[in-house]
Amino acid sequence: MNILLLTLFLPLAGFFVLLFLPRQSKSGWPVALIFSLAAFLSSLGLIGPAFSLPAQQSSAVDTMWVTNLNIHFHLAVDGISLWLILLTTLLIPIGIWISDTLIKERHNAFYALLLLFEFGLIGVFSAYDLFVFYVFWEVALVPMYLMVGGWGGARRGYAAVKFFVYTMAGSVMMLTSIIYLATKAGSFDYAQVLAALNSGTVTLSSTEQLWLFLGFLLAFAIKVPIFPLHTWLPITYSEAPAPATFLIAAVMSKMGAYGLIRFCIALFPNAAHKCADWIAVLAIIGIIYGALLAFVQPNLKRVIAYSSISHLGFIVLGIFTFEQQGADGAVYQMLAHGISTGALFILAGYLEHRRGSMEIADFGGVATPAPGLATAFMIAMLASVGLPMLSNFVGEYLVLQGAAFANFTWAAWAAVGVILSVVYMLWLYQRTFLGKTTSDTVSFRDLGGREWIAIAPLVVMMVWLGTYTQSFMPPVTAATHHLLEQSKMNLEIQVRNAAPHTDVRAQVLPAVAEAGR
Amino acid sequence: MNLWLIPLFPLLGFLINGIWGRRFSKALVNLFAVGSVVASFAYVLWVLSALYPLTTAHTETYFTWIHSGSLQIGFDLTVDRLTAIMLLIITGVGLLIHIYSAGYMEHEGGYHRFFSFLNLFMFFMLLLVLASNFLLLFVGWEGVGLCSYLLIGFYFGEDFANNAGTKAFVVNRIGDFGFLLGMLLIVVHFGTLDFATIASAVASMPVEASAGVLTAITLLLFVGATGKSAQIPLFVWLPDAMAGPTPVSALIHAATMVTAGVYMIARAAFLYGHTPITLHVVALIGLFTAVMAATIGMTQNDIKRVYAYSTVSQLGYMFLGIGVGAYSDGIFHVMTHAFFKALLFLGAGSIIHGIGGEQDLRHMGGLRKYMPITFITLLAASLAISGFPGFSGFFSKDAILSAAYDYAPWMYWVGVITAGITAFYVFRAFFLAFFGDYRGHHHPHESPWVMTLPLIVLAVFSVGGGFLNVPNWLAPMFPNVEHGSPLLMWISAAVSILGIVIAYYIYILKPGTAESIAAATGPVYKLIDHKYYVDEIYGALIVRPVEAFSRTVLWKGADIAAIDGGVDGLGHRLRGIGAIFRQMQSGSIRNYATWVVLGSLLVLFVLGLAGGGR
Repeated sequence: MNILLLTLFLPLAGFFVLLFLPRQSKSGWPVALIFSLAAFLSSLGLIGPAFSLPAQQSSAVDTMWVTNLNIHFHLAVDGISLWLILLTTLLIPIGIWISDTLIKERHNAFYALLLLFEFGLIGVFSAYDLFVFYVFWEVALVPMYLMVGGWGGARRGYAAVKFFVYTMAGSVMMLTSIIYLATKAGSFDYAQVLAALNSGTVTLSSTEQLWLFLGFLLAFAIKVPIFPLHTWLPITYSEAPAPATFLIAAVMSKMGAYGLIRFCIALFPNAAHKCADWIAVLAIIGIIYGALLAFVQPNLKRVIAYSSISHLGFIVLGIFTFEQQGADGAVYQMLAHGISTGALFILAGYLEHRRGSMEIADFGGVATPAPGLATAFMIAMLASVGLPMLSNFVGEYLVLQGAAFANFTWAAWAAVGVILSVVYMLWLYQRTFLGKTTSDTVSFRDLGGREWIAIAPLVVMMVWLGTYTQSFMPPVTAATHHLLEQSKMNLEIQVRNAAPHTDVRAQVLPAVAEAGR
Repeated sequence: MNLWLIPLFPLLGFLINGIWGRRFSKALVNLFAVGSVVASFAYVLWVLSALYPLTTAHTETYFTWIHSGSLQIGFDLTVDRLTAIMLLIITGVGLLIHIYSAGYMEHEGGYHRFFSFLNLFMFFMLLLVLASNFLLLFVGWEGVGLCSYLLIGFYFGEDFANNAGTKAFVVNRIGDFGFLLGMLLIVVHFGTLDFATIASAVASMPVEASAGVLTAITLLLFVGATGKSAQIPLFVWLPDAMAGPTPVSALIHAATMVTAGVYMIARAAFLYGHTPITLHVVALIGLFTAVMAATIGMTQNDIKRVYAYSTVSQLGYMFLGIGVGAYSDGIFHVMTHAFFKALLFLGAGSIIHGIGGEQDLRHMGGLRKYMPITFITLLAASLAISGFPGFSGFFSKDAILSAAYDYAPWMYWVGVITAGITAFYVFRAFFLAFFGDYRGHHHPHESPWVMTLPLIVLAVFSVGGGFLNVPNWLAPMFPNVEHGSPLLMWISAAVSILGIVIAYYIYILKPGTAESIAAATGPVYKLIDHKYYVDEIYGALIVRPVEAFSRTVLWKGADIAAIDGGVDGLGHRLRGIGAIFRQMQSGSIRNYATWVVLGSLLVLFVLGLAGGGR
């Protein structure tokens, strides 16, 4: 049995098992945990093959699915998807673990949706066929929509619809681009499309490239989100139930970033280079804008939500530097942000569970009755603001270094976000955990053993990712190197094929020179 | 040599006390907290004696920390003569302060928390001086900033402590922004962050080609130093940092962390040596900071704040020394300052401890009768900082000043006048605390021996530390500088003694003179008393406008009204869809199951059948 297929279908099997459990059955939680932990163990088997062939497809599955449309059921893992799959399989069991206390009703349905969500995510991160990618993309969307709409806060209906409509709007554009591209290339298979483009058997005019690129970009940019397509995020994050917020922030936001690096820059390098300046500027605006808005939010979840916009801006910036350090930093930041923001949202969930509110003004002095909770939040906060030796610093530093190579002004502006992150996080921490204990917080329970079990793995990962990057970086850097080479190769072919009198050469050559440095 | 063991001991102390300290007795906490620093100090002594005379740097490489493309950053530690001095200061003075803290913090809550943070600080500070590349130095740099934040806000029930901690972290981050950009620029031009590699690359570069870039790099790094070492314009956090327990002020905000900026520039002398423009800026900033902080020091009534401003001022001297090219004299002053300033703070702590937590000089007086050891040791420290001939500060400060005379005579004269002001305000505090009659309402008593013993040891070094010839030890590492004639030293010593005499006249012989001077100088006094309104100016020009802009323009205006309003306008037209979806949310698992299965699998089945796949 292929280890990737096993990892993919274990959650789906768990989903079906949960469907047929009686509604009041108490065994839903252990069953869901067993399936998700089995998927995690299985996913560990992906590491070995991916380390030995980091830049190529390992653990691959490739069968013809729809013959007359040339759709392949093609899944594989490389150095980038490896860690995103492991991030998913690590965080879903934690999500199930915390849902036991943080979800109040219809537990079994919730666990089932979490497992279906996991199925979709693993599919997204391993799909090597554009159509299969699209299907998994939507499979991941639906359970999240239901979780927000079915278990969320007071304005859950509004939040769920907004989330769904926003995302669907982007997805439709992506589907259109996929169909156009597949028609032109004669296949949906990503590897085949890429080979056709690289060998020059299929050529896209620069206008075609640009529009197809924008179609993909819209879907990914909404998902990340890139400013100004972010306004679904604060309401969704704050209305979603805590485990769902945790997973949207920690893993779902990586779908968009993954799409950008896997498809956008590899399939359409000319357009990507041409648009890189604009996208980088939007990413930097997002970094600063998100941070400034986080500073003035009165609600704890919304502070973390806007801070996410800021951190995700670093990922997008890193990708569009077209530098080795930028791309490595972007992938590393995906993992680091998943872990640190995930931990922050879990802890926010515990706070909400105790206080029944997320308004910062309702807290104060929590560190006195709950020192363990305060310590855990402090560690996650320090990781989030990029303290060296913790996870996010490595990613942020590499992104900034890549940006400094590409355009030093970008690095300088993006680094402003590093200052601002400290401002809003310390301000949040001070008003929530420090100061005099109020009558509402005096009887706060500290983290219990079961709660520590959810947090401890994340704390370990924050330290590990921050101190010994060689455990993670080699396959990432090999895969991103391969991708960057690919985007360069395609550029050269485009230049060679272009007629001398067109302006393509003039536009492309500086970009080549830049990418080649 | 296993250099990594040096920072490891305090790290273990931090982990043990941080995780289990809550359940430990105080004696057990002391065992791990103080024991780890003893181990570290002993190991430093052993390493240095084994490596003596350390004519070339000793480097150890352990593992690759970050590797991306051509950029490789190792976890490498180096000991050379500069590091050796810093190691001895940090572990030696650090050990004394740990011992002292066992007495000072005895009656405070959060005992294990205090010591675990103090150990963590030792770890990062040792890492900072052992690092053999900029990024690893930055780890220590940010780490000590974190510990400073945690310890300033140690009394986290109090808003003033929390505000001071947050302010320290944020202001330091502004400096780190510069440091970070400096590092990015170094990698862009040199492709590495290793000190040794950059040094050899710079040495072989033609001066004309590199001057502009190197000036930019060194200025950016210096921005970081102004944050960490509390220089203009980022000095504002240090006076507020006195909200932390007094041993913290002694260790972090006097003896070690705040000198990190000076250390960093001396470490990067291979860059700064090529950038006369930057060095000129460093000298000017140092000199102006020294003057400004000294004048503020004259008007403060909180004994810790007096010493805090004197720290800012003395750090200014160190930067002046570096700026005029006298690196080894600057480091010499780092060392003597560590002795006498740690002693000043610990002595102040002993007073505060002995009179029930009072810090206001107006409520002290006559304490020499009650606490003789504190009295004698503080006298030694006050004479040392004033530059009284023969005391440690005399040698280091006057070496800096005479080097400054050779660079630009006006800098010497400004420095000498500042030295006089320094002697004046330090002895003002000394006379107010120990002479006259006791003006408080407590029963003053001398501190226990765990606190007075470190005072005595530090007093010995404050008196005799000047005879440790640091400039000679560092001579192989830094370019030689010219010093002016010995007469210059005696002029500045005379001015310092004049400052002491004036303080004696005003506060002992003719009490009441101070008030009439304050009244006579009116607006000038008010300006200085309010610390030149720097905090108020920053608040009005930066903090409040940014917050107001974020709240009204960005959040309420752009985010909610413009962007989201536009999206929702589109959304309202799609409301019908939402209604349909809400129908689906019936709360029944079977219903969800139906929808989910339909939604996610329908496409697969249809395509599978229609396409005739295998």
